[in-house]
Amino acid sequence: MTEYRAPLRDLRHALACFADLDGMSDFAEGVDVDTTMGFLEEAGRFMVEVLAPLNRVGDTQGSVRNDDGSVTTPDGWVEAYRQYVEAGWGAVSFDEAYGGGGFPHTVSLAIQEMMTSANMGFSLCPLLTQGAIEMLTHHGSEEQKETYLPKMVTGEWAGTMNLTEPDAGSDVGALRTRAVPVGDGTYRISGTKIFITYGDHDLSDNIIHLVLARTPDAPPGTKGISCFIVPKFVLDDDGSPGVRNDVACVSIEHKIGIHASPTCVMSFGENDGAVGYLIGEENQGMRYMFTMMNNARLSVGLSGLSLAERALQQSLTYAVERTQGRAIGAPAGASSPIIDHPDVRRMLMSMRSKVDAMRALLYLDAGAVDRADRHPEADVRVRNDELAQLLTPISKAWCTDLGVELTSTAIQIHGGMGYVEETGVAQYWRDSRITPIYEGTNGIQAMDLVMRKLPMDGGRVITRFLDDMSATVAELRRAGGPVDPLADPLEAAVAVLAETTGWLAENGMGDPAAALAGATPYLEMMGLVTGGWLSARSALAAHRALEAGTDDQDFYRAKIASASYFCTQELPRAHGLRAAVTAGAEALFALTPSQLGS
Amino acid sequence: MNVVVCVKQIPDPADPGELDPETKTLKRDSKLILDESDSYGVEMALQLVDAAGEGEVTLVSMAPNNEVGGLRTALAMGAASAVLVSDEALAGTDALGTAKVLAAAIGRTSPDLVLAATESSDGYTGTVPAQVAELLGLPSVTFAKEIAVDGGGVHVKRQTEDGYDSVECPMPCLVSVTAGVVEPRYPSFKGIMAAKSKPVDEVTVADLGIDAGSVGWAGGGQEIVGIEPAPARESGEVIEDEGDAHERIVAFLDELKVL
Repeated sequence: MTEYRAPLRDLRHALACFADLDGMSDFAEGVDVDTTMGFLEEAGRFMVEVLAPLNRVGDTQGSVRNDDGSVTTPDGWVEAYRQYVEAGWGAVSFDEAYGGGGFPHTVSLAIQEMMTSANMGFSLCPLLTQGAIEMLTHHGSEEQKETYLPKMVTGEWAGTMNLTEPDAGSDVGALRTRAVPVGDGTYRISGTKIFITYGDHDLSDNIIHLVLARTPDAPPGTKGISCFIVPKFVLDDDGSPGVRNDVACVSIEHKIGIHASPTCVMSFGENDGAVGYLIGEENQGMRYMFTMMNNARLSVGLSGLSLAERALQQSLTYAVERTQGRAIGAPAGASSPIIDHPDVRRMLMSMRSKVDAMRALLYLDAGAVDRADRHPEADVRVRNDELAQLLTPISKAWCTDLGVELTSTAIQIHGGMGYVEETGVAQYWRDSRITPIYEGTNGIQAMDLVMRKLPMDGGRVITRFLDDMSATVAELRRAGGPVDPLADPLEAAVAVLAETTGWLAENGMGDPAAALAGATPYLEMMGLVTGGWLSARSALAAHRALEAGTDDQDFYRAKIASASYFCTQELPRAHGLRAAVTAGAEALFALTPSQLGS
Repeated sequence: MNVVVCVKQIPDPADPGELDPETKTLKRDSKLILDESDSYGVEMALQLVDAAGEGEVTLVSMAPNNEVGGLRTALAMGAASAVLVSDEALAGTDALGTAKVLAAAIGRTSPDLVLAATESSDGYTGTVPAQVAELLGLPSVTFAKEIAVDGGGVHVKRQTEDGYDSVECPMPCLVSVTAGVVEPRYPSFKGIMAAKSKPVDEVTVADLGIDAGSVGWAGGGQEIVGIEPAPARESGEVIEDEGDAHERIVAFLDELKVL
């Protein structure tokens, strides 16, 4: 297995060009690309040296539930987590009042990208803790924040999110876990939650579960959901973990991948009821969840990039070292490195260019999330919130689908060795397979894009977005030189996207079944065209850097070549998706279930 | 207790750059990082100051172009401040010249203990620590794997081929630390933030009262006559088994003195 290398130059490029980190100094004092790279170099070293070497043992050993109900993480996990807490990488973007660094969320995403590439199974513990911290930061009382946040921000206490139940998956409104007030301001929680990531483990002194439940007189559906804090250990008067709460991991799932991450069935209130503390107001739980959705979905999209990056690194090393067959032009009798064969080159170029496109999209989205949260000017906040809303389903679905595709391509590059577990590349593919499913399936993302995001502000958000793309076409033509050839394919792809979007706008409201039937191919088209647009912007930035006489000629030339490949060879696929988007639902329902089977 | 650690900032071994055919030395114009060999001394110094309950760790370094990349790493680990000697006159300085500069810089403070690595990872002369000690008139202990401070002196376990020597030495003194004997801490996020505002005192040869002619190419008592690429590794010997392969393998291992 190849060691992971932190892609620092690519991160710098993405943070400068797409997140526009230097422009964040308006609201985040002292933040710029250079300072951030100082952190990322050290964070990257930590991920490479401490977490990446544990990825394989995490996969082969997995987390294990013991007979007494406790969960033991793989060898080396406890020490690595201790070092992670000591280094403080989880605290970077949180509120300084609770021990955070006050940095933009974008910076912590860059850290998260490297952590997930190094070791996705590990990264999920900090990621879920981060979700719980955000929930408490936005909706917890002052007292709750002071009680829980400082230890959660350091990572000394972990956090979990408890939404799913056996009959309430994508339809969260169907959940049945009960929360009964007992008169002293606290509640007793009882019910079963499934698929709880890091529901129990031995990494932290306490685990702060955030649990969705219904109070006795709650209205049905999503309008009757409340959110509760249920600590694994109820705190003593001095704020330290005390009595064990009535919550237990009753089993852990046997999964395709992310074996190190214990996916728990959690039972609340098997005895006297688990002590729970209401966050905010009753029946507002779903609304609170929505405030975190952009961040959570962006993080999952990011994991598609992380795994594809790691798979690309390993595939490239293999393709350079492995010799097989004679490449065209090689001397007779030579055994050529497989990277000299055009088909292998195609696979590597496809990986490289898509990794670049994904990174551009994700950090553009991240920058928009930060500006939407923190920019001092209201209209900038609104514009960026709209952009983040539009980009989030694309970031989540397109990047996780690509994560699965590219980790599979990596196996293909390895040939038979890729199918052998010891090579290590199969793990990335297995680990990636959950990402199109959780945090809203990719089908749900496509529905969200078509039904909620396209109609935003009467269609003006998507119109502005398309206009921005067209402006880039003009910019490519003005710049000329090596970026000029990107203009035609981008223009054609933007035209087909605009046309297809127009079809959805005209037909979607009257015939929602038709719009939903076309949602998934539409999201793919949107991903491709957005990827092409941002690749072109990357090429423009590279062209300007080269014109300005940058020291890093190789890097920027490579960015132009990668973008050219994407725009001329991947982007045209967008045209082929139009028919599927605009076909309507009829053909999908043309067969009865029994006909589908025969 | 105040500890000075001599640290070298070197080209990243993962991306080492190249030799300059004119000067026949390593090109050092790219970004420099903390020499891993020195991270052990920094860690040990931080632990000693921690154990003493008072005092601080000061870094002393000599580098071209006012380079502070490696110093920031050591400051982020917890060192309090740094002295950086950077001067065009220092280009081409040999080991003794380096020792003169470091000794002069250390002489501006009055440490209880000076730590250094056994050798740098780019130059490998391994002579600078002893030279610095001599120039400062300090006792020198080499190859330390453990250091304990007791009253006015140090107890050092000094690594040898067969085990270790127990050495006692009065302070102030200079101790060179063997690589790998402690686990250097990773700079924390807060450590990196704090390091940005820690003082780095940038001084020139003149500030140290050193005659520019006694260092750099001018003061070098040595000349690099030539540089050659390392010879390609020779292919191994293939033993065809004619019934005696095991004997020949045993003879081969015997020759290597591994049996």
